[in-house]
Amino acid sequence: MIEFLQQLINGLSVGFVYALLALGYTMVYGILRFINFAHSDVFMVGAFCGFYMGKHVPAHSLGGGLLVIVLTMLICAALGIIIERLAYRPLRGGSSLAVLITAIGVSLLLENVGQLVFGADPKYFPELFPAKVYVSSSGLRVSSNQLLVFVVTAVLLFALQWIVLRTRTGTAMRAVSFNAQAASLVGINNDRVISFTFGLGSALAAAGGILYSMNYPSIDPYMGILPGLKAFVAAVLGGIGNIPGAALGGILLGLIETFVKGTRFSTYTDAIAFGLLIVILLFRPAGLLGKFQVEKV
Amino acid sequence: MNRFKMILSAWPKAILLALLAGCYLFWLLSNRLNPYYLAVLINIGINIILAVSLNLINGYTGQFSLGHAGFMAVGAYASASITMFVGPKVLGSAAANPLNPGTIALFLAALCLGGIAAAITGFLVGAPSLRLKGDYLAIVTLGFGEIIRVVFRNIDSLGGALGLNGIPSYTNIFWVLGTAVISIYVVLAMVHSTYGRGFLAVRDDEVAAEAMGLNTTRYKIVAFIVGAFFAGIAGGLYGHYTLSIDPKGFGFMRSIEIVVIVILGGMGNTGGVVAAAILLTLLPEFLRQYEKYQMVFYSLLLIILMLTRPQGLFAWKRRARPALRA
Amino acid sequence: MRRNILSVAAGLVCIALAAGCNKSSDTPGATSSSTGGAIKIGEFASLTGSEATFGQMSHHGTELAIDQLNAAGGVLGQKLELHTEDDQSKQGESKTIAKKLISRDGVVALLGEVASSRSLEAAPVCQENKIPQISPSSTNPKVTEIGDYIFRVCFTDPQQGKVLAQFAHTTLKAHKVAILTDAASAYSVGLANYFRDAFTAAGGQITSEGKYSGGDKDFSAQLTSIKGENPDALFVPGYYTEVGLIARQAHDLGMKAPLFGGDGWESSELVNIGGAAVEGTYFSTHFSPEEKDPVVEKFVHDFQAKYSVTPDAMAALGYDSAMLLVDAMKRAGSTEGPKVRDALAATKDFPGVAGKITIDPQRNATKPLVILQVKDGKFHLVEKIAPQ
Repeated sequence: MIEFLQQLINGLSVGFVYALLALGYTMVYGILRFINFAHSDVFMVGAFCGFYMGKHVPAHSLGGGLLVIVLTMLICAALGIIIERLAYRPLRGGSSLAVLITAIGVSLLLENVGQLVFGADPKYFPELFPAKVYVSSSGLRVSSNQLLVFVVTAVLLFALQWIVLRTRTGTAMRAVSFNAQAASLVGINNDRVISFTFGLGSALAAAGGILYSMNYPSIDPYMGILPGLKAFVAAVLGGIGNIPGAALGGILLGLIETFVKGTRFSTYTDAIAFGLLIVILLFRPAGLLGKFQVEKV
Repeated sequence: MNRFKMILSAWPKAILLALLAGCYLFWLLSNRLNPYYLAVLINIGINIILAVSLNLINGYTGQFSLGHAGFMAVGAYASASITMFVGPKVLGSAAANPLNPGTIALFLAALCLGGIAAAITGFLVGAPSLRLKGDYLAIVTLGFGEIIRVVFRNIDSLGGALGLNGIPSYTNIFWVLGTAVISIYVVLAMVHSTYGRGFLAVRDDEVAAEAMGLNTTRYKIVAFIVGAFFAGIAGGLYGHYTLSIDPKGFGFMRSIEIVVIVILGGMGNTGGVVAAAILLTLLPEFLRQYEKYQMVFYSLLLIILMLTRPQGLFAWKRRARPALRA
Repeated sequence: MRRNILSVAAGLVCIALAAGCNKSSDTPGATSSSTGGAIKIGEFASLTGSEATFGQMSHHGTELAIDQLNAAGGVLGQKLELHTEDDQSKQGESKTIAKKLISRDGVVALLGEVASSRSLEAAPVCQENKIPQISPSSTNPKVTEIGDYIFRVCFTDPQQGKVLAQFAHTTLKAHKVAILTDAASAYSVGLANYFRDAFTAAGGQITSEGKYSGGDKDFSAQLTSIKGENPDALFVPGYYTEVGLIARQAHDLGMKAPLFGGDGWESSELVNIGGAAVEGTYFSTHFSPEEKDPVVEKFVHDFQAKYSVTPDAMAALGYDSAMLLVDAMKRAGSTEGPKVRDALAATKDFPGVAGKITIDPQRNATKPLVILQVKDGKFHLVEKIAPQ
């Protein structure tokens, strides 16, 4: 029983990070109907920003850690907006295949430039926050970093829900995702809304990158690929375009993955994530919380 | 129709045989050539087969597949298993001689069976594609490619993570160039036939094609099967050339390299794709000292191509109907 | 139409220019003796990519050896020229590189590689062309089985597995051991197998085996299962990239059993990533810069002077492979492939910096292993175990 609960805690901490990443995918898909392949690499850039900034900030300090997270989120938001502006906007309205290919190109570019600049071998992520391990009487162990993942992710999720449901920009985002043409007709500046969405998603990815690296302090330029793909699976699982769905999907996937790892099929973990994606897309493409969309001719 | 096309369409089979004879002659003379240059030519040939087969799926039928290396892996492992495990039992010591008629027959059989195994995999991958479009299809094919790789990594009888080594060296320039010629012929013949118009129709507007009564399902599956078949043969040729294969070499990066060739050449432009395959195999050889910038260059190439010239570098036909227009 | 022809023409011109810029000695045919001038030695290593740290250290070692030999006057009256190519840690490159070095650049011998999979790719080419190949640190037994022109200057994984099993039994006093294997790495799987065979043959018990894939970051699931079985020690035959994290997570889970592993652990990053969790852990490797041996001390001193870092096993073995090759050329009195090969096969007690090298009939080197322990963030020599 203890083992089960321990796996549960581990699974949740991974799942929450997937949730953060999945949010970015789902928001961009909701508005633009395209998968931002480069999202996983913004996650990686966030981790490296944290790495470099962490050197100038005293270790094990709450204030220092929070500062690093906030700054990294801002930097990566800017990165996301720049990418959208340079690579995606010129192709808007055209063939979706072209944007997809461009997104793959941007993703590869970030990874390989990262490899040139940071080096391919893994680096050790600094300890930003005070690290303690809490042991319960029954032997359950939770680290303070894991707790931080829960807290920070929850805060960001609520903030996101508030932005999307209660602010004008959020309403504009939802309007554009329903019908972009109509939204521009009622005076919404689509370009700005889209840039804002990318910035928001990238900021969440950056936060995810730092939280992930705090728990698994080995970072390298290719660290984003697998979490990114799994976060995408999570987004689809929850219903692509649906924000609570993405969070739910992320948590579920984290749990599934951790339990599989504890069995003898642990080496198939990645393959199972893909298999899950294929199964969902075949049998319930709208995901758990999404609505099935009819394709209009 | 220009003169070139007129000649091609008048005697296609004769031209095919002439080209194959040319390949054979080239092979006879290949001893004079520096083995390094020969190796590069073999690499070019294999890339041509891979790119042309992917072009059928991506370019002509509009199904964006990112898992082509998976088909290559299936073909490589399947054909290597036959030549390594079945060959010696059937042929005995003659299996060591690549020019022995029995060995040649074995090799051809192994290649074809590898191609068929890959084609079956292509069917399994293509089938879900019926319900998926664009982005989803890309990710699912990517996923399939990764699943195939992970599966091979876990099969210990096929070497597991170390892979297979000691594969007999049966590939030579004749097989590679000959297969390249045949694959180009088959793809061109398919697409330019009346039946083949269906592929382009599926790519251009699937709903309209369905409304016109075309069985879009069948076209998509056929594209995957044929594309996978040739990728499998390319895999078999590759395996019997490098003599050592392991799952790492058939991952996402390999698929991307082939995709870059197809995009550079122009999706749906076989001539362009062949030219791009040659270019993108030669360039890294010449620029070996800049090898660490190679992937950065490829990724920039993708982005810039899409932004400025999405129909590919070699689009020279004004009346062509490429998958992507500027 | 004209624009398209122009763009194609421009592309072809670029290729031609690039071809012209590339230095090429166009001597076709594989002549294995070099004419007056320099003796060309080929090297291929993973200078970039995921295994760049290993390849770069190995290359530094080789380079140092060649520089020292040239400063001492070269060999057989000629200077040595090292032709190095980067295989980018990618599969499929090594074969083409080997052909390029042998057929186009005309090298008389090939040094490489660290990774067994890439050594295996190049070996058939060397064997076919009768060019001796020396691998500095490929430990998979299959490498030298390709042919009689393929050698290595390090121990093999079966030997490493046996020695580690003995170490676990005798020094760690562990009778129940758990194994956590990187299922994506042939090296890790192989070493785990050899260890398991040797350990159980000596009467030990394997409590459980966990698996992960190289690149994974989270091992808590596997570790939780392993912890439940209460082993005396945990054997992790993987690479330092994951071992650091594994140690951390084991520590966080409250595992008290000591960790130990093989030569894949060796990297300064192990201590960075593992932190306090790797203190007290053990691993086997080929070389320790702490050895009180004048040969070792001189090598460490020269290496630090040139590269400003302490050499590790990869550097030492890269150095040894080059030195042994040249020594064989001296003994053979020629650079011809068959003669050098015979001289290599006859090597006895060659004083390498990573131990005395004697080449056995399988063209492997029977060498002692060193066991290092992590103490105060540094690697300390614990014991040196000679093979049976």
